[in-house]
Amino acid sequence: MTAPKEPAYKKHIGYQGGLLGGFATLAAAFIVIGNIATHDAIEQRKADDLQRSLNQVIPPALHDNNVLKDQVTLKHEGKNIMVYRGTLKQKPVAFAFNISGQGYGGEISILMGVDNNGKILGVRILSHTETPGLGDKIEAEKSHWVYNFNNLSFNKVPMEKWRVKKDGGIFDQFSGATITPRAVIKAVTEGLSMFNSHRHELIAPTSTQSAVQDKTEEITRQTASTETATTSTRK
Amino acid sequence: MQNNYRQITRNGLWDSNIVFSQKLALCPLLAVTGTATNGLGMGLATLVVLVASSTVVSALRSMITPEVRIPVFVLLIATIVTLVDMNMSAWLHDLHKILGLFVPLIVTNCAILGRAESFAFKNPVLPSLVDGLMMGIGFTLSLIALGIVREIIGTGGLFANASLLLGSHFSFLEMTVIPDYKGFLIMSLPPGGFLALGFMLAGKRIIDNRITKTRTASTDKSTDNNTVIDGSSIAA
Repeated sequence: MTAPKEPAYKKHIGYQGGLLGGFATLAAAFIVIGNIATHDAIEQRKADDLQRSLNQVIPPALHDNNVLKDQVTLKHEGKNIMVYRGTLKQKPVAFAFNISGQGYGGEISILMGVDNNGKILGVRILSHTETPGLGDKIEAEKSHWVYNFNNLSFNKVPMEKWRVKKDGGIFDQFSGATITPRAVIKAVTEGLSMFNSHRHELIAPTSTQSAVQDKTEEITRQTASTETATTSTRK
Repeated sequence: MQNNYRQITRNGLWDSNIVFSQKLALCPLLAVTGTATNGLGMGLATLVVLVASSTVVSALRSMITPEVRIPVFVLLIATIVTLVDMNMSAWLHDLHKILGLFVPLIVTNCAILGRAESFAFKNPVLPSLVDGLMMGIGFTLSLIALGIVREIIGTGGLFANASLLLGSHFSFLEMTVIPDYKGFLIMSLPPGGFLALGFMLAGKRIIDNRITKTRTASTDKSTDNNTVIDGSSIAA
């Protein structure tokens, strides 16, 4: 070691403890300062990200409100689902919500946008851990596959056709990766059925005005709906 | 002797390169070097942390007693990494989206603790800073080298998404090395990391052996010359 002539107090247990405690306090202080300095900027960046994703699944031309600030909490099968609402002249016209599927490498987080007739406006993958080069073709940047969902609805394509071609459906699978597109299709189908079962309460124009005016208010609407049998029919 | 900056540079870049000689930090190494761009980003993030931690440890070394040095080092490194992570998330958000997963891993990067323990704790601030810098550069170059090999063999491209990391000026780096390449997936996955690393370690050993051989050969030659001269002088 460098200092052979250590002063005696350094060997004292109090010094050792104090040193460790002092460093811990100092470290905590630095992290608190760092957090205060960066917190707002990080929140802003996250909001920007969400806004960008929302703009992709709900075209900005469709609505005249700030979708990010207009949220409705939907109760579905005991879970709370946050729905972002796009309104035009106070009338709800488009909805976006987060769903997730179980892919090959873990959870796939998906944002989907639906119009008030149950037609898909757009689907985007927010995050996933699929195999690079195979499963990551679900990303809009890597391939156009995810655009296949655009403009689809259960009226246009019957529910049993919402599968990959291998399973008798209409969607392409990727060579070497079937589990990933299957998981995305399943999640989107479930998301759309969920939307359809709650469509009436979502498109009802009631209390929209207050939601637009009071940005912080979250409208929670109870639902006793159990008409979700549709989701269980799929394998 | 440790203050010899040339020696420090040599150690950091080649002789005791973190990856190829000390064989430390292999966990983040194998995880991120699927592409050269990710390797570069991870290397730069580690470089920043390494320089900061070496400098701080060296500056505080007279205060820290050997008995509690390890927990203190870990605390310091964890604090620096957390601050880097928060600042990256706030000001370099796009980069953070790519590397965010790996930055907290730097805490567990034994190379940083290793430099704190074996160099910064025993040396003045400036040499420690240079050591951190050189070790960091050596680490970054190793990551890039491994990333290049794996990306070319794995996908046929090079520096994919480099413009996301470095800004749009660097989009020229993104290239297709082998057109119409079907891809060789295993090289992009962790096993490919082990394979590529193994071959590169072997390559370094070969080069090192050759260097020592030429060195001994040249010294032999010079001694031979001496004997010849001696002999001739005797003959004369």
